[in-house]
Amino acid sequence: MLGYLVKRTVMTFIVLLVVTVFLSLLVHIVPGDAAKTLLGPRAKPELVERVRAAMDLDKPAYIQVINFVNNVAHGSLGTDVFTGRSINELVGSALPHTIILAISSLGLAVIVGVPLGVFSATHPNSWADRLTTMVSVSFITVPSYVAGLFLLLIFAVRLRALPAIGLGQEGDVVDYLRHLILPSIALALSWVGYLARLVRASLLEVLNEDYIRAARAGGLSQRLILYKYALKNALIPTIAVLGVGIGNLMGGAVFVEIIFARPGMGSLINTAIQTRNYPVVRAGVLVVAVLFILSNLLADLAYTYLDPRIRLDKTRG
Amino acid sequence: MEYVVRPTSKFQRLLNRIPVLGDVLQRPLGALGFLIVFGFALTVIFAPSIAPYHYAEQDIPNLLQGPSSTYWLGTDHLGRDLFSRLVYGSRIALGTALPAVTIALVAGSLLGLLAGYVGGLVDNVTLVLMDSISAFPSIILALAILSLLGPSLRNVILVIGFTWIPGYARVVRAQVLSAREQVYVEAERSLGATDWRIVASHILPNVVAPLLILTAMDLPVVITFEAGLSFLGLGVRPPTPSWGVILSDGFDFIRQSPWPITWAGLTLIITTLGFTLFGEALRDVLDPRLSGTKVA
Repeated sequence: MLGYLVKRTVMTFIVLLVVTVFLSLLVHIVPGDAAKTLLGPRAKPELVERVRAAMDLDKPAYIQVINFVNNVAHGSLGTDVFTGRSINELVGSALPHTIILAISSLGLAVIVGVPLGVFSATHPNSWADRLTTMVSVSFITVPSYVAGLFLLLIFAVRLRALPAIGLGQEGDVVDYLRHLILPSIALALSWVGYLARLVRASLLEVLNEDYIRAARAGGLSQRLILYKYALKNALIPTIAVLGVGIGNLMGGAVFVEIIFARPGMGSLINTAIQTRNYPVVRAGVLVVAVLFILSNLLADLAYTYLDPRIRLDKTRG
Repeated sequence: MEYVVRPTSKFQRLLNRIPVLGDVLQRPLGALGFLIVFGFALTVIFAPSIAPYHYAEQDIPNLLQGPSSTYWLGTDHLGRDLFSRLVYGSRIALGTALPAVTIALVAGSLLGLLAGYVGGLVDNVTLVLMDSISAFPSIILALAILSLLGPSLRNVILVIGFTWIPGYARVVRAQVLSAREQVYVEAERSLGATDWRIVASHILPNVVAPLLILTAMDLPVVITFEAGLSFLGLGVRPPTPSWGVILSDGFDFIRQSPWPITWAGLTLIITTLGFTLFGEALRDVLDPRLSGTKVA
């Protein structure tokens, strides 16, 4: 177990390092001069030089990589070349809103998706099961931006039932939550489908296991078998998926934040892309990637801890 | 032992004779998926005959109209026929998804083959690289690269192809590793078979089915991905009618007309649903072990 833990953690660090190096080199891998692209074709050469220097582009590539990795290791993401503000500040004000959005969406997906899956698995091949399956597949195929646009159109523009734009009044928690409803649903929709299908499949598999049959033969009630013995094991694969889920939700958040004008990481990265503010793009992408990698690691470790069979397999392999 | 002979209709007997596709069509959801995919393919091929207008043709007095007998689905903010734009948009959807998935398929398979077959350092380096590409949510990685490359259809295809490589590399690598350990492969090697012969006769045939499934499942994801990039203004440039561009235009005029968003959104949902249902039925037919468990 300890060996696997160490191996997995070391691997995560290597990936983090490769990701950081990749992001600092991206500007070279891609053709064109980032400073010129940023300022446009009519910029004065002196200004281009100044921005090149501010972005570290006047130094050799390996120095840039070392500088960037060193800065990141010391917790500094660099400076916004336009405003001169520290990028840490920008990320610090955007990140909490994205994390809140991701967690509320994931929570919503679990609250709706897991019971749907359980219902489906306990009524296999009934019309209700088929309907749930169809609904799940349909939900999975709705991209977050289409869901967001539809919700915006119906509930904000047509019915005027819920607020559409921004975070709400500062300091007003209820208003903040009201502004969170539509974006969370938009982002959660496809995950409701995923979880419902995943839980259905793994619960059906568990319900066919010998120990469940033994429990039935022993006369335990259906409810006790389902909730105490079957569901506990059936939910283990879901945990692994949730790790990937947080990362995917961060990606989907880009669209949802733009549609609902929420000032999160997605909006930050998108605005930086539109203005070709490369240092902010790089830092924003790095922060999202780090969160993605760490949530995957956590989910993997939780998964290994919860399912001793995997633990044994991995130490053997 | 008694066998139950199920009554079969002529149609069913015909389906039984078609390998793979016949099995897919015998599943209700698979058949529905196939119908949608088939309809989509016809739209792509016959777009100029199906669309009543050219996608860029403007009717300025009739901006943001609702559905009518002249404009079946209404018009957009420049008075262009939404139906014609959606029909032509199918060409952009497939024209991006097919080459992008092909790039990922070819590059990923070669990398996976190399990593699995050579092993050692090559394998480890490939794994770290693949893990690093997968370390970004794909949309974020695509945004980062496109922000430097600039928006264009070619760049979108290249970026999607690159982002999708790890999935294919992993599948091929896993198959190569499991094939390498089979006794019959060892036997053949001991008889003096070359690496190429082992790859061609034992590894490639095993890889075809999982790759086919992966491709079928990836196509709808890539279609929505391209539309998403175009929605953000990083994909296809106007006036080319990508479904994402139509959504983005509709978003700007959401208070004036609900139609562009409604129709473009529904088109995307129905198309991806069709491809997904077809892909899942294909997977169930080709690899029944995976039935209902895969989370894309």
